[in-house]
Amino acid sequence: MADQKEPCESRAEDSRSNREHLRVIGVPRRRVDGRAKVTGQTRFADDLFLPRMAHCKLLRSPHPHARILKIDASRALARPGVYLVLTGKDLPIQYGILPVSQDEQALCLDHVRHVGDPVAAVVAREELTAFEALDLIDVDYEILTTIADSEEALATPEPRIHEYGEEGNIHKQVALEFGNVEQGFAEADEIFEDTFFYQGNTHLPIEQHASVAIKDPDGKLTIWSSTQTPHYLHRALAKVLEMPAAHIRVIATPNGGGFGGKSDPFNHEIVVAKAALMLDRPVKICLTREEVFYCHRGRHPVLMKFKTGVKKDGTITGVHLQTLIDGGAYGSYGVASTYYAGALQTTTYHIPRYRYQGCRTFTNKPPCGPKRGHGTPQPRFGQEVQLDKIAEKLQRDPADLRLHIVEMPNTVTANFLRLGTVNLAECIRRLVKVSDWKNKFRKLPEGHGVGLACSAYLTGAGLPIYWNKMPHSGVQLKFDRGGGVTIFCGATEIGQGSDDVLAGIVAEVLGIDPFDIRLFTGDTDLGPVDLGSYSSRVTLMAGNAALQAAERGKTLLAEAVALKLDVPKERLCFADKRVFDSSAPDKGVGFAEAVCLAEARFGTIGTVGSYTPPKSPALYKGGGVGPSPTYSYSAAVVEVEVNPITGWVHVPKVWIAHDIGRALNPTLVRGQVEGSVYMGLGEALMEEQEFRRLPKRLSHALVHKFPSMLEYKSPTSLDMPEVVTELIEDPDPRGPFGAKEVGQGPLLPIMPAVANAVYDAVGVRIDEVPITPEKIMTALAEKKAGRKPRFGPDHFPRVNWPEALRVPPPWEGGDGSAVNDVHREKPRAAKERVLAP
Amino acid sequence: MATLPVESQKTAQIRFTLNGEELDVFFSPYKTLLEVLREDLGHTGTKHGCELGECGACAVLLDGKPVLSCLVLALECGGRQVLTVEGLSGDGKLHPLQDAFADLGAAQCGYCTPGILVTAKALLDANPHPDRDQIREALSGNLCRCTGYLQIFEAVEAAMVKIAEKGKEAH
Repeated sequence: MADQKEPCESRAEDSRSNREHLRVIGVPRRRVDGRAKVTGQTRFADDLFLPRMAHCKLLRSPHPHARILKIDASRALARPGVYLVLTGKDLPIQYGILPVSQDEQALCLDHVRHVGDPVAAVVAREELTAFEALDLIDVDYEILTTIADSEEALATPEPRIHEYGEEGNIHKQVALEFGNVEQGFAEADEIFEDTFFYQGNTHLPIEQHASVAIKDPDGKLTIWSSTQTPHYLHRALAKVLEMPAAHIRVIATPNGGGFGGKSDPFNHEIVVAKAALMLDRPVKICLTREEVFYCHRGRHPVLMKFKTGVKKDGTITGVHLQTLIDGGAYGSYGVASTYYAGALQTTTYHIPRYRYQGCRTFTNKPPCGPKRGHGTPQPRFGQEVQLDKIAEKLQRDPADLRLHIVEMPNTVTANFLRLGTVNLAECIRRLVKVSDWKNKFRKLPEGHGVGLACSAYLTGAGLPIYWNKMPHSGVQLKFDRGGGVTIFCGATEIGQGSDDVLAGIVAEVLGIDPFDIRLFTGDTDLGPVDLGSYSSRVTLMAGNAALQAAERGKTLLAEAVALKLDVPKERLCFADKRVFDSSAPDKGVGFAEAVCLAEARFGTIGTVGSYTPPKSPALYKGGGVGPSPTYSYSAAVVEVEVNPITGWVHVPKVWIAHDIGRALNPTLVRGQVEGSVYMGLGEALMEEQEFRRLPKRLSHALVHKFPSMLEYKSPTSLDMPEVVTELIEDPDPRGPFGAKEVGQGPLLPIMPAVANAVYDAVGVRIDEVPITPEKIMTALAEKKAGRKPRFGPDHFPRVNWPEALRVPPPWEGGDGSAVNDVHREKPRAAKERVLAP
Repeated sequence: MATLPVESQKTAQIRFTLNGEELDVFFSPYKTLLEVLREDLGHTGTKHGCELGECGACAVLLDGKPVLSCLVLALECGGRQVLTVEGLSGDGKLHPLQDAFADLGAAQCGYCTPGILVTAKALLDANPHPDRDQIREALSGNLCRCTGYLQIFEAVEAAMVKIAEKGKEAH
């Protein structure tokens, strides 16, 4: 017992920097929801079976692009067991995740934009009845020209897929220039120009999206859904159903994997809500796996061109990045994705001058959106592969070159991102050591190679999706006389461990066990708003809100206990479920008694906490995408064995270092790192959201090439290499107990590290993802024939770029705003009204 | 009766043993074991990710052997033994595999977990001391999208040690 009663710090500032006194934070332990998950008792949306529950199926367009001329559902309605058929007329109001792209309809009214776009819904007693009744709905279509990819979209302004956007089938264009890039190139000793293509891929969560809606006994609506963003779904439902948000309750069931794929408000969610209200009975939908592939919202295919100027020593003088982004049929998060594709390039290495031009097109394919790393893995791939080429040309070791140019902590970048702690150099140094880099790079036998790459990622988006000044996350705590504490928070558990983050932080502050805590999360009725599980924001934002609420509760308890024990409250220590005098540890009360003392003194004990990110110095239009309270950094070394006969790539081992600030629960942190490595290897080597034309004698429709888990290849247990994870723990004062993100960043260096390793192994550049055996074989044949040993795109099409917003970087006296910005069309107040639900 | 669709008719019946308990169930004859477990018997611990035999999420043990319950007709299961994740723990205690999975981060979202747990149990029942490659092989039909598999391998190995220790104590 004696060793447990050492004095501890009671002030948060001290506890944040004093690791040795932490009892929960930093200790590997079972997650609070671990038991539920291993007993099969975690209740996912499709596990809900309610009395009188009906089932819903969606009729989806077989055409990639068509007008709907007529829908006749009479035969379907006549089928026994069918309760209801809904069409676009029943849900005409448009919605979408971003206020600037409210371009979706729950059921298409008159225009279908991709195979799989829903046109009608059937609700029936049995799921099979609903499914079979889909065939009884007659739809007349007028086929329109299919636009299959971004280059076709540029060349085919008509027919327009949407009536809004820049022009033709261009959805969004971005042009930003931070400093005079041409001058940067003039100062360079070497200029490098490279084009890369990053194929789209999808989240492939093992759980298919599911939702159950009911009309509550009092006439309100409740929906359980596999969503990462219950708050945004709440807003979309209120808008489309024209109901007061106060009459809608969204419960995000634990997600069976999300990875960004469950972050949009979905048509199926709105449809079952409408059906439940109309039928006054529970209505469920669960998408088939094929439907999940067509739901998508995954990685955008991006063609990109990098022009980079460097000095002989590798110092970067200027970067010009152009991207052509295939957005698919709807906006989704695409405007943000277009900015993200250019925003984070400046966070890893010092780039004094930077120009970004991005163009997102609409095409007749399932909409792309946010997948783990949202918009940033594609340009990171290009940047890191190009850096490998630069190092080779300059005859520098790629690790040394990077160490020479890494960005400094607490700086403001050329595009006005304010960085927090930056331990990228330490990540690289650690990796060089543990991977024995110096003895492997360019020294392994033919066919064997190693590659290095780095990255950075947001720890939470600095701005919400809709304009408002409210906190991004809120937590309420209830203190029970029995010593229990209940956490209420909108944060959504998608497997990453958000519940465990909240419980761990509250338990640490109050000196109790995480298992003494109950959690009610992801429920818009029970907890204050948290914006959702996206942009790696939960640990920092919900974590800080929980920390504040817990500190406030601790203050109340301490005051009451101090009075009882007659000890100064500053001397009290909260640990081991006790509150005691740190100078005389035997003198104290149990935690339950502390709650009782506080309740007797102050009345019912409940506290709140909230978190709002700091204001960003980026004031220019588009500067809202990229800012974050702080950024995580990662570096990876991947070892490959390339078979020169088959082109097959085997990855025996990966070393990865991640600058996390502090690991709250190292067991879960390691899981996030290894899961990121896994998903990165899938993207690097095999995963692709690929489309093909059906034969002309059929419909010639553009369909998903292989919407099944068997043919959409993802790594299995046999493919997973050994992974050495090095955590760099330098607590960032902006994070709770110093924590930064880990859910997305570690994925980012994997793809370029694989490409660089393949080059080290067999001397061919694959400037395209995924790096398949066919591409390697093609490049090896080129090499053998004495041509350029490379596979990848050889051109970037002409795009009519708008005039760039010119923002002088901080070192040129810039204040964060553009010198040539056009006057805003709408004053801010009017904009806010437009965005209100 | 004439208007009742065939899918609403629970005309099939089997008697079988589910997690050690013998029971009768009535269901529509087209249903898979997965559907009958989840929809007719309320055993929702067994999940589904494709219903095409591709992902392994719906794995259960049929007479001790792992099968994909989405590919097995319930009608085939009369008189047989079915074990699902709900039957893994006993006497109020978690199975060593469950403890190890919870402690070592082998379950993140937890959706593939039930299928992996029963598959791992079948492996350890048949081979109490598998090496890493045998574990990889045994679980290669179960896709996990969260973990990268490594913590799953470690949990199976930790459970293997626990089970062996328990076996020694019993002797």
